[in-house]
Amino acid sequence: MLSILVFLPIIAAVAVMLGAPARQTSIAAAGANLALGLWAAFSWKCACWSFSVPVLEKPALNLSFGMQDGISAVMIALSVLVTLAATLNARAPEGREKLYYSSILLIAAGAIGAFASTDLFFFFAFHELALIPSFLMIGILGRGDRQAIAWKITIYLSLGSIVLLAGLVWLANLAGTFDMPEMVAMAKDGRLVIDPATQKSIAALLIVGFGSLVSLFPMHSWAAPAYASAPAPVAMLHAGVLKKFGLYGLIRVALPIVPEGMQAWLGVLLVLLLGNLLWCGMVTISQKRFDSMLGSASVMHMGYIFLGIAAAISSPENTLGIPAAVLLMFAHGVSVALLFGLADRIERATGSLDFADLGGLAKSAPALAFTVGFAAFTAMGLTVSANFVGEVFVFLSAFQQYTPANGLDALQITCIFAIWGVVISAVYMLRAFRGMFHGPPVDATRNAPDLTLADRIPALLLAIPLLCVGLYPNLLLNLLR
Amino acid sequence: MPAYYLEALTVTLGLALLLAEAFVPSKSKAWVGIAAAIGLGAVLFITTIAIGPEAKPGSAWAKWPLWNFYQFDSLARFYKIFALVTTLLVVLMSIDYRKILARFTEHAGSENGTGEFYALPVFACAGMMWLASAKDLAGAFVALELVTVTFYILVAYMRRNVGSLEAGVKYLILGALSTGFLVYGIAWVYGTTGTMSLSEISNFKFQISNPAPLLFGIALVMVGLAFKIGAVPMQVWIPDVYQGAPTPVTAFLSVGSKAAGFILLVRFLEPFLASDLTRGPVLKLLIILAIATLLFGNLAAIPQTNFKRLLGYSSIAHAGFLLLALACGTPPEENSLGSVQVVSLYLATYLIMTLGVFFVLAQVRIQRDGENISDFNGLGKSNPTLALALTILLAALAGMPLTAGFIGKFFVFSLAVEAGLWAGVGVAFIAAAAGFYYYLKVVRAMWWAEPADRQPVTLPVISKACVAALTLATLVFGIWPQPILALLR
Repeated sequence: MLSILVFLPIIAAVAVMLGAPARQTSIAAAGANLALGLWAAFSWKCACWSFSVPVLEKPALNLSFGMQDGISAVMIALSVLVTLAATLNARAPEGREKLYYSSILLIAAGAIGAFASTDLFFFFAFHELALIPSFLMIGILGRGDRQAIAWKITIYLSLGSIVLLAGLVWLANLAGTFDMPEMVAMAKDGRLVIDPATQKSIAALLIVGFGSLVSLFPMHSWAAPAYASAPAPVAMLHAGVLKKFGLYGLIRVALPIVPEGMQAWLGVLLVLLLGNLLWCGMVTISQKRFDSMLGSASVMHMGYIFLGIAAAISSPENTLGIPAAVLLMFAHGVSVALLFGLADRIERATGSLDFADLGGLAKSAPALAFTVGFAAFTAMGLTVSANFVGEVFVFLSAFQQYTPANGLDALQITCIFAIWGVVISAVYMLRAFRGMFHGPPVDATRNAPDLTLADRIPALLLAIPLLCVGLYPNLLLNLLR
Repeated sequence: MPAYYLEALTVTLGLALLLAEAFVPSKSKAWVGIAAAIGLGAVLFITTIAIGPEAKPGSAWAKWPLWNFYQFDSLARFYKIFALVTTLLVVLMSIDYRKILARFTEHAGSENGTGEFYALPVFACAGMMWLASAKDLAGAFVALELVTVTFYILVAYMRRNVGSLEAGVKYLILGALSTGFLVYGIAWVYGTTGTMSLSEISNFKFQISNPAPLLFGIALVMVGLAFKIGAVPMQVWIPDVYQGAPTPVTAFLSVGSKAAGFILLVRFLEPFLASDLTRGPVLKLLIILAIATLLFGNLAAIPQTNFKRLLGYSSIAHAGFLLLALACGTPPEENSLGSVQVVSLYLATYLIMTLGVFFVLAQVRIQRDGENISDFNGLGKSNPTLALALTILLAALAGMPLTAGFIGKFFVFSLAVEAGLWAGVGVAFIAAAAGFYYYLKVVRAMWWAEPADRQPVTLPVISKACVAALTLATLVFGIWPQPILALLR
């Protein structure tokens, strides 16, 4: 059944390329996917979602999809939500509808395929499938110095994928199977014993590979310019959904199969995630444009999720780290997609995203101001938003094993530094909001149109889940149990 | 039917075509090509039902001494099918290419000199088929020469075209040089082991104490075969000859000739990889050749502007990946693929992608009168469907996941990681990344560059059907490779 979720966007993309009405087909496919995806996510325990076709006998490769646990369910829910919002937000340039909409659909299909795959081979392959249209969209339809940025993101992410592939292939060879649940089970019950030195090497490959896909410091410098240049739906899908593949992979593959190797790198990981939070946070403050600020901020927020993962690495008894990281992945994915969608809306209304050119937008477009304000507060992690719950859980998870007698360990010290990231977020988000919406109106903003109904639907689609999860986090946490 | 009839049938087909060609009116020489295609299709069908002596040990023919020189296992069957499919597609490509062929043999419009062009590949095919079954170095050498001599003619076939003639001379001289290496190497191997038979050669370890002369012979044979597979140190001919030869011949060289070289290399190295005395040095030599080939092919491809020449370098690059798989020296196991199976799988996917690209290239050559990457400018606007197909084929050559090209590369990486050849893995990764760059250059030209003229390229029926089938196969085998591997078992 899950195969429908993956193949529906692909079929729709082919139909669009062959001349079906682009926007209508895409919205219909994304809408159907949303309904099916949410249904699948909330009933993931049902075996009826599994799907498997053998494509190779020896070694056994299966094109198989399935809900391995609640994490897959949450990621699929995130994917279908953002896909529909991105499709609704899409404004294709004249004459490029086919490329534009089919790329959006292919990115969505690749992301859903990667999250739903239970076979290591297709897990990797579907993610790569999603990267290609992202590169093309940035290179063909991006803004600014698009070709240079397209080459940069291609080189960073291809190299990251290649390192990742080496790690995954090594694991699969050791395990003798490509079946991911089987590999995890083998690692748990001792059928797959990997010596510590090998674990350490594999973990290094996986951290560098997955890490560069999630813009872990210092492999992060592709992200901000790419999101600033990408067409809005691509930025929404990539920053919101596709990038989470790296984190998902660490949780799904690295943590359960090479736990000792990950533990060996815990110290390094803690330093790197502080790099994300504090270094990239400072970089974010200095941004002069809203879109590059958002890109940079999304790099920074990866630090919190890595902190949750680091908590889970630090001790096998830690039960909070992974749910916290997953919750935050969902919250960040939805809120960053919302922000990128709104940024595109601001640019269409005013013709600029430069803080210097904007001001007083709250007078001419109050509804826009309210929505951006809500999204910005959410991204800062204010109460009653899903991000708040996620961040609090992450901080709690770091202290779950804390006993006053032993004092603070590296994880907890890192966490104390990480909390300063909240302050940094507040600084740049509030400054951005003030710069764009407050003060006297300027030429660009004086006659800016407010949100129309067509703009409000995708915004609501993303804002409502944020609010719901913020008020009632068990909505997602129940899935993870 | 006993398997040895297959080669006899193929040669007979070639001779019959040559005889019939004399009586075909000069305007309709394409019928020779169609007859060749039908004949090859028939042989292809017979290949699937042919049997070796193991199937009927009691019969008289199974006791023939011929079986000392000739074997028919699943690998032989696979490479015979491979040769037949390649030749069939090349002949079909030649039929659609006859306009250019006519222009450079007689004069435009007259097909008088093109008839033999359809018959010659059939002889090369017979040679490749015999190579797949060769069990004896002398027999293998003769079969290889049948292939090479046919190619001497085919490469220089467009006798009124300077490029084709130059390519022919280069191919002849370097081919003769490599043959020299090969024969000299075979002589050393024979001198040290006392036999030409590859099945008996493995007894050598009881006879010699110092492996140096034997290794010298093996190295010489490998250098000679490097010419056929397009690997360092005998790779220099490839770009020039590929560029100058008629496009169907280039396609034939890059797929058929390479596969024939690889099957012989596999058969030749098998006894030496099985023995502890020679295994280490042979694998070392293979990995050195693989790394050098990967680096040369991929890095030299980056600045190319002529698409046909680019495909030449790409052919070297793929030879590097194939050598890397061989250098792992992994025997097949219950649950995993061995080096030989990976090489065969890789070659099969390579056949599909490369021939698909050459079909398109041949038509662009005819209709836009050029083979540069810039001649593909704006194809995305004038022929979106064709551009989409070519994009898929090129992406597959680059190794994009969910296409056939990825399957081959994936298993090569998998083998290399398992064998712990980290230097090879590293170079192969750089090579794969470079591959993305230079294949996507063509994709960029098709979709991003403005066309010089908006005249759409129209594919003739045969080419259109073949491109569609090959593109579809690229996607299907990318997700479902089992049918190819089923042929190997």
